[in-house]
Amino acid sequence: MQDSRLLALAAALLVLCAAFLTLGAQGDWGFILTWRGARLAALLVVGTAVAVATVLFQTVSSNRILTPSVMGFDALFVLLQTGLVFSLGGVGAAALPATARFALEGGLLMGAGLLLFGTLLGSRRPDLHRMVLTGLILGVLFRSLAGFLQRLIDPNDFVVAQASSFASFGAVDTELLGLAALLSAAAAAGAWVMRHRLDVLALGRDTAVGLGLDHRRAVLLVLVLVAALVSVSTALVGPVTFFGLLVTALAHRLMRTHRHALLLPAAALIAGITLVGGQIVVERLLGLTATLGVVVEFLGGLAFLLLVLKEPQR
Amino acid sequence: MIEIDGVSHAIGGQPILSDVTLRLPKGGVTALIGPNGAGKSTLLSLMARLQRLERGAIRFDGLDVARTPTDRLALKLAILRQETPIGTRLTLRDLVGFGRFPHHRGRPGPGDQEKVEEALALFDLQDLAHRFLDEVSGGQRQRALVAMTFAQDTDYLLLDEPLNNLDMAHARHLMRTLREVADSHGRTIVAVLHEVNYAAAHADRIVALKRGRLAFEGPPGEVLTDERLGALYGTPVTVREVDGHRVALHYA
Repeated sequence: MQDSRLLALAAALLVLCAAFLTLGAQGDWGFILTWRGARLAALLVVGTAVAVATVLFQTVSSNRILTPSVMGFDALFVLLQTGLVFSLGGVGAAALPATARFALEGGLLMGAGLLLFGTLLGSRRPDLHRMVLTGLILGVLFRSLAGFLQRLIDPNDFVVAQASSFASFGAVDTELLGLAALLSAAAAAGAWVMRHRLDVLALGRDTAVGLGLDHRRAVLLVLVLVAALVSVSTALVGPVTFFGLLVTALAHRLMRTHRHALLLPAAALIAGITLVGGQIVVERLLGLTATLGVVVEFLGGLAFLLLVLKEPQR
Repeated sequence: MIEIDGVSHAIGGQPILSDVTLRLPKGGVTALIGPNGAGKSTLLSLMARLQRLERGAIRFDGLDVARTPTDRLALKLAILRQETPIGTRLTLRDLVGFGRFPHHRGRPGPGDQEKVEEALALFDLQDLAHRFLDEVSGGQRQRALVAMTFAQDTDYLLLDEPLNNLDMAHARHLMRTLREVADSHGRTIVAVLHEVNYAAAHADRIVALKRGRLAFEGPPGEVLTDERLGALYGTPVTVREVDGHRVALHYA
């Protein structure tokens, strides 16, 4: 029954992808398919990255309302991007091939993420309130530092930095797409390999240790994967706050299971459907008067409010 | 045999356990009793390697908990704590099924399904097995958690207050089931029990802790006396013999 739901989701996504590639197409098919194909690939890569990162993070923090962005993960990435421009100068940063910059920023995010959140999440009894507070404050800190650095940066260099922090769904950096897709696929594969351990991890630290799971190692592995995936989505489309929440909430509602073997693919498919479908709506129905980012964040924000307001689940 | 040697533990500078040394032979039911703050739960969690041992050593049949890989230990001992899995969509059958994880690491076989059904039957959960964790009462959840530790099929079961949330009938039934588990299935059970009378009625040996130190140990018939229990809990206790069991009267 749950497998059939996955198949239905996959079918829906395929239909939407076909629609995205072909609707309203006039002119040279070769050009259109390449152009739209790249944008479609970007949407799918970002969707998968955000979906898997959020599911992983929620498992490791035992909480359905947190996302890596609430914890300041993507703000940290923006800070790293800005910091790089600040230290290398606009020319220096622009001289680095985009892929090298991305690899550097991604690597730094993994290290920083492990340091910051490894201690918070690996400890005996992760106090939820302390975690959320820490994440919120860190997020504010990183955003403020990034803003401060931007003020210090030479206006010429600033343009380079600004471009990276104002990325959006409409202006995806396709130069990075190849590397991002690879990294995304690798991280998602890593999450898939860990799927049974993730189920045990979701039971809580004491139970997981009692069942023989190396808890600390599993948490650190998950954080590395989350950092990789957040790097991908933030580098391609910038900070996305609530979208992951929307996707995981829908995935849990639909699949009604604790098994990550079902949740991970469901979340990725739902993310794809939302982004591709959303972009079609924005382009064809709304005539580009709204942006996908706005629509998606709005829906995600609603999901967040609903989750916070409804009966706390045991 | 469980060997506990010179175990000391402090939390934030506060000494919780001081130089506890014990030998618990294999087999039977051992009850860990003592007043609040005696260190019983801490000792159990150190035994189950849930907290890191700072001073001393603990060995299960020669396996040092500080040095043996955690997955190997999960085949030797199982622990029941007060933490309940929250928020996950788990049925009771799913929960008990997790007890098999150390054996199948995510790929359950028919042998595992058998063990799960055995555990469900033993703890009277078959009718409830399909219900979700948040749809059953606290007592039913508690029994499911004990069933999970049983399904783990380990020589040693460490249970931290297994009778919490259980009414009279279920508490008695659980203690009797634990007795059966020890006698017919050859497991060794160490349980922290809050109510000393359950220990008196079902345990083979009593280990009493007070303020982080071993107060006394031995079979219930020997160590459960007015003076000993009164000194342990700091309140007057009258111990009577009723129907072949010691009963501690500490209610009025």
